[in-house]
Amino acid sequence: MAISQDAHTVKQFDLQLANLRNLVLEMGGLTEDQLKRAVAALVQEDMIAAREVISRDRLVNGMQAKADEDCVSIIALRQPLGGDLRMIMSLANTVTDLERIGDGAKKICRMAVQIYDGVSSPPSSKLLRDVTPIADLAAEMLHDSLDALARLDVDKALTIIHNDDELDQEFQSALRRLITYMMEDQRTIGHAINVVFVIKALERVGDHCKNIAEHIVYLVEGKNVQQRRNLDMSLAMLMQEKQET
Amino acid sequence: MSTTTIEIKTALDDTLNSDTDAGKRSSVEVTDYENRQTVGKITVDHPKMVCRNVNVYYGAKHALKEVGIDIGTNEVIAFIGPSGCGKSTFLRCLNRMNDTIVACRVAGQIKLDADDIYDKSIDVVQLRARIGMVFQKPNPFPKSIYENVAYGPRIHGMVNTKAELDELVRASLERAGLLKEVDKRMNDPGTSLSGGQQQRLCIARAVAVNPEVILMDEPCSALDPIATAKIEELIDELRENYTIVIVTHSMQQAARVSQRTAYFHLGDLIEVGETDQIFTNPKHKLTEDYITGRFG
Repeated sequence: MAISQDAHTVKQFDLQLANLRNLVLEMGGLTEDQLKRAVAALVQEDMIAAREVISRDRLVNGMQAKADEDCVSIIALRQPLGGDLRMIMSLANTVTDLERIGDGAKKICRMAVQIYDGVSSPPSSKLLRDVTPIADLAAEMLHDSLDALARLDVDKALTIIHNDDELDQEFQSALRRLITYMMEDQRTIGHAINVVFVIKALERVGDHCKNIAEHIVYLVEGKNVQQRRNLDMSLAMLMQEKQET
Repeated sequence: MSTTTIEIKTALDDTLNSDTDAGKRSSVEVTDYENRQTVGKITVDHPKMVCRNVNVYYGAKHALKEVGIDIGTNEVIAFIGPSGCGKSTFLRCLNRMNDTIVACRVAGQIKLDADDIYDKSIDVVQLRARIGMVFQKPNPFPKSIYENVAYGPRIHGMVNTKAELDELVRASLERAGLLKEVDKRMNDPGTSLSGGQQQRLCIARAVAVNPEVILMDEPCSALDPIATAKIEELIDELRENYTIVIVTHSMQQAARVSQRTAYFHLGDLIEVGETDQIFTNPKHKLTEDYITGRFG
């Protein structure tokens, strides 16, 4: 059953739900901005920008706390059911994933500050070469997941879930390269370890975007993605068997 | 058909929750208000009652349209829906209480185990012992607490001695969770009890004649939250021995007490399913609109 877009008879309920959705999307926008600035700070060696991102993370956390409060309030006061209940649960889970993405951006900035600490010599450019393509993939996934959430777009959500595999593969390739650099030249180990933390944080951003996409599928269809995958597989196998007999 | 195909089809059917029982074809995703076909699985593996093609008319008014549903043995099934949707009318069909309404005509088939309850050979008084009823407003007899419970077994000739009757009355009151509260005051009038106690007395009265099914028409709507909670706990205990059908206006109550829920709308049975599915992911738009408070 697709989620109903009709208005509730009690208009206050609509207002509360709309406010919650807007808060979550606003938090998504802030998180997206944090991630973009974090990567830029690293790539452009801008430590002032990095420290700003770290400081702004408390805003992200504050929005999570407010959203959690609002979810509990709606559950207590409205006893939501059906699509409304799935909406609240999905938004509550999405908020957790967004907060973790915010933490990822903060982590990237902490690593940037360590890398460009002014004590050790700056890293060679080859160590940071993989950061930008992986960051672009993660940023695209985040943008798409927020877009899918705003539009309740299940097809887009399923694409995001699929795209996480690509990000995971990029991460694995980058990790192998970094390991190779470390083995070739021990002097790179210090910076390389920090870069590993950066790309790992970006890989985790992808995982959280995949989670958000799964929440969207659950919200709209009332099925978890595993159920849907089983249904799609069952349909495909049934079609194949029909053709064979 | 290979085993794999059977397994996939079973998984598919479970997931799509479709039903193809006679009398009603079901669909999976219904999005328009005009489609009043029943969605969901109306059958159960071990039905206590089987209803098919039930139509009820009050004079010219067609109050209940082509209702088909199974009531499972030892389950609690809740009927929900807006006022005037036919849920109480349907409940009253199950023990022929509609016979007492002059202008009311019931068509279709309702079976209790293998017996058609509308068959001419059926003793309606006996039927109403087998299928008991508890009403919205507690209605103890104007008799003592003891006599309220003893009356039914006595007139049905269920006991031979006073000692047996005493035992039956005590057991029924115990089963209704009331014995401790009234043990020392069995001769007090039934009407001297609180609302919640009176309702439990009515349940004891129904239980005393050894029913198989208990019908409850909004049993808690006149009670406070504490009395309601006690009745709901009692319903859960009674389920072990009886089949219970409960009509309720409270969706939260239906969610708390029942295993299956049926949604009625303007005389049609719109959807029936496992309670947690109905309240988290209903299949019919009318059900979704009702449970989420979108009343148009």
